Amino acid sequence: MILARRAGAPRDARSADPRRRTFWALALPPALALAVLLVAPLLFMAALSVRTDLSGTLLAPFAPTLKHYAQFLATPGFIRSLGISTLTALGVAAAATALAYPLAYFLAFRAGRRAAFYLVLLLVPFWTSYLLRVMAWKLMLGGEGAINSVLMWTGIVDEPISALLYNRGAVVVTLVYVWIPFAALPILAALGRVDVRLHDAAADLYATPFQQFRRVTLPLSLPGVIAAFLMVFIPTVGEYVTPLLVGGTSGTMYGNIIQDFFTRAANWPYGSALAMVMLAGTLVLVAVGLRLVSPRRLLDR
Amino acid sequence: MPVGRRPRRRLLGGYFWLVVALLYLPIAILFVFSINANNTLSFPLEGFTLAWYERLFETPALLRAVRNSLGVAIWSSLAATALGAMVAILLSRFEFRGKGALTGLAVMPLIVPYVVLGVALLVLFRAFGVPLSLVTVGLAHTIVALPYTTLIILARLVGSDAQLEEASMDLGASYPATLRLVVLPIAAPALLSAWVTAFTVSFDEFALALFLAGREPTFPVYLYGQLRFATTLPVLIATAVLLMLSTLTLILVTERIRRR
Repeated sequence: MILARRAGAPRDARSADPRRRTFWALALPPALALAVLLVAPLLFMAALSVRTDLSGTLLAPFAPTLKHYAQFLATPGFIRSLGISTLTALGVAAAATALAYPLAYFLAFRAGRRAAFYLVLLLVPFWTSYLLRVMAWKLMLGGEGAINSVLMWTGIVDEPISALLYNRGAVVVTLVYVWIPFAALPILAALGRVDVRLHDAAADLYATPFQQFRRVTLPLSLPGVIAAFLMVFIPTVGEYVTPLLVGGTSGTMYGNIIQDFFTRAANWPYGSALAMVMLAGTLVLVAVGLRLVSPRRLLDR
Repeated sequence: MPVGRRPRRRLLGGYFWLVVALLYLPIAILFVFSINANNTLSFPLEGFTLAWYERLFETPALLRAVRNSLGVAIWSSLAATALGAMVAILLSRFEFRGKGALTGLAVMPLIVPYVVLGVALLVLFRAFGVPLSLVTVGLAHTIVALPYTTLIILARLVGSDAQLEEASMDLGASYPATLRLVVLPIAAPALLSAWVTAFTVSFDEFALALFLAGREPTFPVYLYGQLRFATTLPVLIATAVLLMLSTLTLILVTERIRRR
């Protein structure tokens, strides 16, 4: 506290701060890392998105053009894909948050002394390989997978059901499954700050348990709910790996289009424009989200 | 307590255990698959074997990919922890212009979709003629782990008493000495958590590595490349089961140390 105040004192006092030189030693490495590995790449990508093509070196001067953005706007398929990806991410985030809420509620108010252990139990699957958990779903849902072979073994079906895998439904189920434990964390943090005496107060005022939940607990936990929603939405909207594994051709997302332009199609400028569109969209949505939940509360977690 | 609460409590607990069971089901399936005699998972099972685990150690490319992943995860997690500690000290102990900008940039990798960051780094490395390698993967992992390490260490520093540092300097210690002798010991448990978090983030990361790994694959990239070949699948899963157990051990051990 005192140190912070001293550092914030007027200029002449600050130059007397013995920590001045250390400040630069602390500030330069992270500033440099962020500038080179975060700011510079995004700026280069922005610059590439207004280039005609990839001729010459990337550092050579060029006449900027908006043709890739115009081309994007003139391609209904891409705009539709962006819309579908956004809807998919909204749906996955809403489902994961809703399914995680009772888990967090159980841990916060019902689990008692074992809550810490139960929480670890919930998080262990999250520490196991993402790629592998997705693959496990593939093993379960696939034509030769566990569900189908059990169904056939027990004689419920004669032919394997192929509709389980390689479509958007499979992508959504997989993603919701992957994110549920993660979504429970911010909700649990918010519920942990709810004063339990408010429950007693509500009960004393003859609130039914449901009213008590709807008018007291739920509103107080809302920041955690919004944080959980955003923490699932952001990685999901840019997802391209899960669709590659379980999505098939009908389950592709916007991220797959970007990936395609940088790999198979090898049209980097166009791909950069598509990536810029996604970046802008995500930043706007996060800005709106942060309006709803103050960043301080997120940091308190 | 009102009588009507009991069934509701059971319902909530039942739901919790149902979700936990569903979360562990695929992991259990992977485990069964790794000791399954047949290389497709069809019921009824035809017997068990440890052959896949033996085969694992006779597949040099696989071992090499695991070693690559370990190297990338160790170096990038150390770098992310060091940088995160610096940012956390700056944010919790200093007032300066650009503090808001630093906060924003340090958490920004959480907001930028991985596919966007991946292609942006690809563009940058290409512009400067940096060849793709495990180093470029490690750099990307350092930057995506930075928000986690920063927030974990920051939470600890904000919750600790800055007057200890004041006292240390009043007693004649220089600020660098104070950082080493007072701040780092206070932050030690958080540094450990931050490192483990960064390690697991890197070790498991695939979306960025697929863009940025050159000829040398990390384990997830190798795994992805091999998924097409059904015959190697059991060996891959056996490896993954071993790695999963190692990661868990690492987390539990560090948690033990941290609690002490």
